[in-house]
Amino acid sequence: MGQNPYSPHTDADRAAMLARVGVTSVDELLTAVPIDARGPAMGVPPGLSELEVQAHMERIAALDRTAGAGPFFIGGPVQRRYIPAAVPVLALRGEFLTAYTPYQPEVSQGTLQALWEYQSLVSELLAMDVVNSSMYDGSTAVAEAALMAVRLTGRRRVVVANEVFSQFRQTLATYAKGPELEIVEVPTRELAASPTDAACLIVQHPDAFGTLVGVRAIADAAHAAGALCVQVTEPHANALLEPPGALGVDIAVGEGQPLGIPLSFGGPHLGIIACRDALVRQMPGRIVGQTVDASGTRGFVNTLQTREQHIRREKATSNICTNEAIAAITASVYLSLMGPRSLRAAARIGVARAHALADRLARLPGVSAGTEAPFFDRFALRSPLGGGLRTALLADGIFVGEGIGRHYSGCGDGVTIQCTELTTDADIDALVAAVEGMTARRPVAAS
Amino acid sequence: MSRIRFETGAVTEMPALEPLLYELQRPGRTGRHVRGGEEADALIPAAFARVAPLPLPELSEPQVVRHYTHLAQLNYSVDAGMYPLGSCTMKYNPKINDRAASLPGFADIHPHQPDETVQGALRLFHELQELLAGISGMDFVTLQPAAGAHAEFTAMLMFKAYHLARGDPKRRRVIVPDSAHGTNPASAAMCGFDVTTVRSDGRGNVDLDALTAALGDDVVGFMLTNPNTLGLFEERVREVCAAVHAAGGLVYGDGANMNALLGVARPGDLGFDCVHINVHKTFSTPHGAGGPGAGPLCVKRHLEPFLPVPRVIKDGAGTYRRESLIEHPSSIGRVRSFGGNFGVLVRAYTYIRTLGEEGLVETGRDAILAANYLLALVREGYDVAYERTPMHEFVLTAAKQKTQGANGLDIAKALIDEGFHPPTVYFPLIVPEALMIEPTETEPKETLDAFAAALLRIAKRIETDPKAVHDAPVKAPLRRLDEVAAGRKPVLRYRPG
Repeated sequence: MGQNPYSPHTDADRAAMLARVGVTSVDELLTAVPIDARGPAMGVPPGLSELEVQAHMERIAALDRTAGAGPFFIGGPVQRRYIPAAVPVLALRGEFLTAYTPYQPEVSQGTLQALWEYQSLVSELLAMDVVNSSMYDGSTAVAEAALMAVRLTGRRRVVVANEVFSQFRQTLATYAKGPELEIVEVPTRELAASPTDAACLIVQHPDAFGTLVGVRAIADAAHAAGALCVQVTEPHANALLEPPGALGVDIAVGEGQPLGIPLSFGGPHLGIIACRDALVRQMPGRIVGQTVDASGTRGFVNTLQTREQHIRREKATSNICTNEAIAAITASVYLSLMGPRSLRAAARIGVARAHALADRLARLPGVSAGTEAPFFDRFALRSPLGGGLRTALLADGIFVGEGIGRHYSGCGDGVTIQCTELTTDADIDALVAAVEGMTARRPVAAS
Repeated sequence: MSRIRFETGAVTEMPALEPLLYELQRPGRTGRHVRGGEEADALIPAAFARVAPLPLPELSEPQVVRHYTHLAQLNYSVDAGMYPLGSCTMKYNPKINDRAASLPGFADIHPHQPDETVQGALRLFHELQELLAGISGMDFVTLQPAAGAHAEFTAMLMFKAYHLARGDPKRRRVIVPDSAHGTNPASAAMCGFDVTTVRSDGRGNVDLDALTAALGDDVVGFMLTNPNTLGLFEERVREVCAAVHAAGGLVYGDGANMNALLGVARPGDLGFDCVHINVHKTFSTPHGAGGPGAGPLCVKRHLEPFLPVPRVIKDGAGTYRRESLIEHPSSIGRVRSFGGNFGVLVRAYTYIRTLGEEGLVETGRDAILAANYLLALVREGYDVAYERTPMHEFVLTAAKQKTQGANGLDIAKALIDEGFHPPTVYFPLIVPEALMIEPTETEPKETLDAFAAALLRIAKRIETDPKAVHDAPVKAPLRRLDEVAAGRKPVLRYRPG
């Protein structure tokens, strides 16, 4: 014994506990377990000391090239952004991190108030009425929004724009296999003409290529046909762009990772889902509400729980239980620190850098950057190398986004370029020089 | 500043409640974390520019730090004391795991980076898959699901694909026991299946006759937690699995209680076709005030073709890569944006490597010993729901106390005044006034003794003066909260004025 370094039990403790139970060995407590299945070998290597495991983890981590190691233009739903120093210090305090779901509100007011404040902050950012206290990530928020629209309209057809992030569309397609929904993908420009018999139209603004989209017309078209409008949004864009709540959107969803949450290779992140007041009874997931205690003092509790699986079981609005609460608390710490000014500044710098970069790239022969339409802080870079540009640039130590042709049908080929407040002038110079060198070495394609 | 001490029985002073961010803010107070970029305003066409106000609170950094520090002090946590929520496995969360997850090579890598630049992360994925396969007794593992319920839904989609691939599309019904977690029927329903609930027998097992009667050629499968939510090992688990298989169905293992099985038995050796693992329970990753968790799904070979993509594969040259739908056309597809809650999985991997085989074996046995010891201490004051030897948790019923004038909720709230987090209450649904207690292996004997003493003091108090517990808690930051009022007129966000 003494193999688990976190176990407090001495052999004397164990002996006393066994004696109190009235057995001589734990084996006597396992009589319900089939004998031939007992005590299996699991194939786990022998344990390590903390020092040894630290060194082991450092060795594995050193095999990865970090995003901060060179010019970095990968983005999309997950964005490399500045995280104020106080964010992890506060959000990862043990009192938050090692608490459970706030089932006992009297001893969970820290969690509950922080989550209620998160709901408030994100409601304001999106100008939506209600935000829940988190979904797994942006993609499952999209899928749950579609399921919500199906319940609200009684229709089984979901129309989604091609220019929605590919991972979001793919997750939606997977979720739809359960209830056997019809998923139709159309170009954004055709969305407004596609609402017949649809539960919802799903539009992304800014879209996967950063293009700004006229959401209001799409929402109007949806409503005229009895469908809902779901907008995929991203947090920082709302600091500068008219938010979903002002565009007639019924359900707004998005990936909340850019709000102070590390890249962490894709998770844990933060699924944002928001809706109009009238739809809240069909909202999935936990929602925190304000109330009073027995002495009339303000406090917070999980509320509207009759939507949830632990009460309604198979009739619940979703199966979600464990969510991403600490990510929601992280986002609220981030928004509290940034305030409207730093949030706008971060968003603006990304926009300014993206446009400065696109202008320079577009001057290179055979290269196009962005589209005719206005864009935000991300754009499509098309060159004679197509999606192959990604691999070519990697040789120069420059990261650019995924190849477009592979993930977005009908959108041509190329790569996406994301800028944020962490994009430097030197990064921009490096990318322009590298693309210039490559395109100069190759014949210009007729275009 | 007031302080709170949630240690054995000693709440010394109540922490003050904290104002809202909105009550602390003043226009113009914002710090200077990022500045510049004004030229962007001319780049956004007026038709798209934000006209709606952006009324985010404006606070200085010191205010924000104090706000969240004060909020933190209003929380009970595992770092502060025993948190015996049944089926939640609130064990200690080692700090080295957090440090490992924050290494730049893990925290600062983007999921869209090419495979050759994230070999460390992919290696960790692959090694963890192999470790979990060995621990669960299964053949293949996906690390994608973000939580147990997400794994359940993933498996339901896979079950559907499995039956369809066999040319058997008529299976539309999933069976769950009446002791099941609410997520089980909810996950089945999300997949479009009907749900049949079967009763438990007098020993807390699945009633095999009821199950057999419910089985048929329309059954997708059966979802079973083992040990079940009563903390009891299914005495006829192999017969249960065999009956489901004989009817052409599959058996899903809800691994919420896997902590009890570490080194004791593997679901893969008991007849299950798959099992999920809540790494935020069994493998010590912090619950994060409700999440994130991670719910790796471990499956037998016959379910492998349907696993979600992307899948992390090790090739002959010892390099790792992610394979997509093109390589796995039978896959159900992607169940989330990226490969998994990586930061959580790093913590779980660190924990497994720290404990090693022997440490994991000791964990399961200590968890079982702790539960049995605690039950032995408290049974003189409370009735046990099922008179059997429990595994890692046990369920008391406060039915007797209810007749004396105080119910399960009163007992839970009275425990707060004793300095402990309450156990899970009113679950499982089949036990009236249920108190579901899981001490885990990381609470020292002295704490178990103190917790038992507190529970027994409360039972005594109820015998003589049941009204005394109606007002509990009185030593928490707030008195009992009015949940009915919260639902009647929902106030779900701050509104000025």
